[in-house]
Amino acid sequence: MSNFPQVIFALVLVLAGFILFKRIRFLRRNILLGKATKRNDEVAKRWKTMLMVAFGQQKMFSKPVPALLHALLYIGFLVINLEVLEFILDGLLGTHRVLAPYLGKAYVVAINVFEFLAFGVLISCVFLLYRRYVLRLERFTKPELKGWPRLDATLILVIEMVLMCAILTMNAADQVLARQAVAPYIPLDSLVVSSQIQPLLQGWSTEAVLGLERGAWWFHILGILGFAAYVTYSKHLHIFLAFPATWYSNLKAKGEMQNMPEVTREVQVMLGLNTGQEPASNEVGRFGAKDINDLSWVNLLQAYACTECGRCTSECPANLTGKKLSPRKIMMDVRDRAEEVGKSLDAGGLGCEDGKSLLGDYISKEELNACTSCNACVQACPISLDPLAIILEMRRYVAMEESGTPAQWNSMFQNMETSFSPWKFSPSDRFNWADKVKAEENN
Amino acid sequence: MSTYHVPTMAEMAAASNTPEILFWVGCAGSFDERYKVVTQAFVKILNKVGVSFAVLGPEEACTGDPARRAGNEFLFQMQAVANIQVMNAYEVKKVVTACPHCFNTIKNEYPALGGNYEVIHHSQFLQQLIHEGKVVLQGGGEFKGKKITFHDSCYLGRANEVYEAPREVIQALDVELVEMKRCRSKGLCCGAGGAQMFKEPEPGAKDINIERTEEALATGAEAIAVGCPFCLTMMTDGIKNKERESDVQVVDLAELVAKRMGI
Repeated sequence: MSNFPQVIFALVLVLAGFILFKRIRFLRRNILLGKATKRNDEVAKRWKTMLMVAFGQQKMFSKPVPALLHALLYIGFLVINLEVLEFILDGLLGTHRVLAPYLGKAYVVAINVFEFLAFGVLISCVFLLYRRYVLRLERFTKPELKGWPRLDATLILVIEMVLMCAILTMNAADQVLARQAVAPYIPLDSLVVSSQIQPLLQGWSTEAVLGLERGAWWFHILGILGFAAYVTYSKHLHIFLAFPATWYSNLKAKGEMQNMPEVTREVQVMLGLNTGQEPASNEVGRFGAKDINDLSWVNLLQAYACTECGRCTSECPANLTGKKLSPRKIMMDVRDRAEEVGKSLDAGGLGCEDGKSLLGDYISKEELNACTSCNACVQACPISLDPLAIILEMRRYVAMEESGTPAQWNSMFQNMETSFSPWKFSPSDRFNWADKVKAEENN
Repeated sequence: MSTYHVPTMAEMAAASNTPEILFWVGCAGSFDERYKVVTQAFVKILNKVGVSFAVLGPEEACTGDPARRAGNEFLFQMQAVANIQVMNAYEVKKVVTACPHCFNTIKNEYPALGGNYEVIHHSQFLQQLIHEGKVVLQGGGEFKGKKITFHDSCYLGRANEVYEAPREVIQALDVELVEMKRCRSKGLCCGAGGAQMFKEPEPGAKDINIERTEEALATGAEAIAVGCPFCLTMMTDGIKNKERESDVQVVDLAELVAKRMGI
C-alpha cells in the first residue's frame, strides 16, 4: 500500500498547526495591546472559580434549557475529541483503529459513548437552531447580531452537525465493511447508534462503501482541523478562552470600581497631603479609555472570550427599555477594534494611530451614558465577563480628557465641587434634618 | 421628658466620647425631603435601642459615588480623601448608612485611599437589632398580613450580595413578603444608578423605573419596600406615573420598623 495518504495527512496536519500557531500568536499579541494589570492574587480562589464557572458551567444553570443543550455540546466536544487522537495516529501511521486491539472491550464501549454523544450533539444543535431561527429568542435578534455574527453562529452549529453525521456515517460504513471481511476493518459488536444507519447502505457495492468510509474519515478529520482554525476567527473562541477569562475574572465585590493611583497622587498634592511618594511621573498616560490600548489586557481577553450569547443584553435595564446600550455589543466592539488594530499592525500600518478609535467609531457616548452600572450584565454572563468595567473606563476618558459629559452631569460636578453634594444645597444646611427629630419627645 | 438626641462626632470628641458607630447620613438623607423622613426614623430607632452613635453633621460631604460613576475620578477622589481625613481624625471604626451607594463606596472604595472601616447597611443593622431582640416590634401595624414586595437595590444586592438582611427585616414585621419576577441577583435596576439619578435618561422606549414599577405592581403588593434613597425616588415617581399613590406606598425599611416600634 502506498503511503501517499500518510504524507498528505502529515502535510495537512502541519498546515493546520501552522495556521493555528500564527493565529494564536496574532490573538495573543492583540490581547497584550491592552495595558498591563496584575490579577494573580488569591490563586486558589481563581482555580476554584475557573473549575466551577468554566469547567463546571455553574452560571449556565440559571437557565436550565439552554444549560442542558449546551452541556450536551460541551461534553460531546470534550469526549469525542479523544477520538481525534486515534484519527491522528491512524492518519500518520497508515493504520486503522489503531487503539482497538489494545483496548479490547473498552474500545467498543468508548466508541458507543462517542456515538451517543454525537447523537446528543446533533439533537442539541437542532434545538439550538430552532431557538435561534424558529422561536427567534429576542437576544438572538438584536441589531448587533446582524451579518457576520449571525452567520458565524449558524456556521458553528451546522459544522458541528455535519461533523457528527460524518462520524456516524463513517462508523456505519466501517462495520458494513468489517462484516464483509474487508481488510483492515475489524468488527466491533453492536455500535448502537450507527447500526441504525447501516440499512441505508444495503445494496451498495463494497467499493462504494469503502469510498464512503474513507470519504467520511477524511471529511471528519479535515473538518475538525478546519474547525480548529475557524474557531480562532470566530466567537467560538470561548471554548478555550472561557478558562483564562474566568481565572482572571474579578473576585472583588462587583460594586467596587478600580482605583486610579495616578489620580490619587495628584489629589494628594492638591490637598497638600505629603505622602512621601514620588510625584506623578511625566509619563501619566491617558485618563480612562479611548481605544483598546487604554483598556487592560484582561478587558481584551474577555472581549475575545465573549460568545455573543446575549444574556447580558437581555438583562440590561437600559437595553430592556429601548436604549441604545447593549453590553454584548460593547464586548463585540472591543474585540472587533482589537482585530482591526492587529491587522493594521501586521500590515505595517498605524495600529491604534489609524485615526479611528473605540470611542466614537465603535461605541458612542449615548451608549456609555445609558448605563446604570447595575451589574446585571456581569451577573448574567455565564463566564463573568465584565462589560461594565469597559463602560466605566470609557466614561473616565470622556469626563477627564474630553470634558464631554452631559450638561446635567457637569452641573452635578459643579454642585459637588462647591457644596459637597450632587444637589445645589448649602453645606451649612446639611444637618438641618435633625432639628425636627431633636425637638420630638422620646417617650 | 426628653427629646431624641442626634450627637455629632465633633460634640462627642469635645466631650472625649467615642461613639460605637458613625451613622453616615448621605446627601439624599440630608437634603431630600422624602428621605429626610427615613433618616429621622432611623435615628429614632438608634435612640430607642440605646445605640451609641453620632453623625458628622455639617462635616459630612458626598462620598463622591456619582462623580466616579460619571467618569470624574478627580472629583471623586477629592471628596473621598477629604471624607477619609475627617473620619480618620475621629478614629471612626464602624459606619452604618441607609444609602447603598455610600455603603458601597465607603466599604469597597475608600480602603484604597486610606479609609478602612467596618461598613454596614442599615438593613443589616436593623436585622441584627431584631435578631438580638433589641428592637421590639408591636403587634398589628398598618401592613399586618398584607403583601409587601422588596425592591433590591443594585448597590446592595449584586454589588455587595446583601439579599437576605432586608428580607429578614420585612419578614419580622408580620407581613406577607412577595417577590417580583426579577429579584435578588436578577433584580431589575430602578434606573438611578451610575449617576443616572442626576440626568435625564438617554432616548429609549420607556423609562426604567416604569418597567420596574409595573413589575412591583404585578405582585399585588400594597407597599414597595426599598433600602435606597434613589430607589425610593424612582419607585415613588413610577407609582405616581401609574396613578397608584392612593393604594400603593413606597417605603424604606427603617420607616417600616420605626412605625412598628410605635415611634
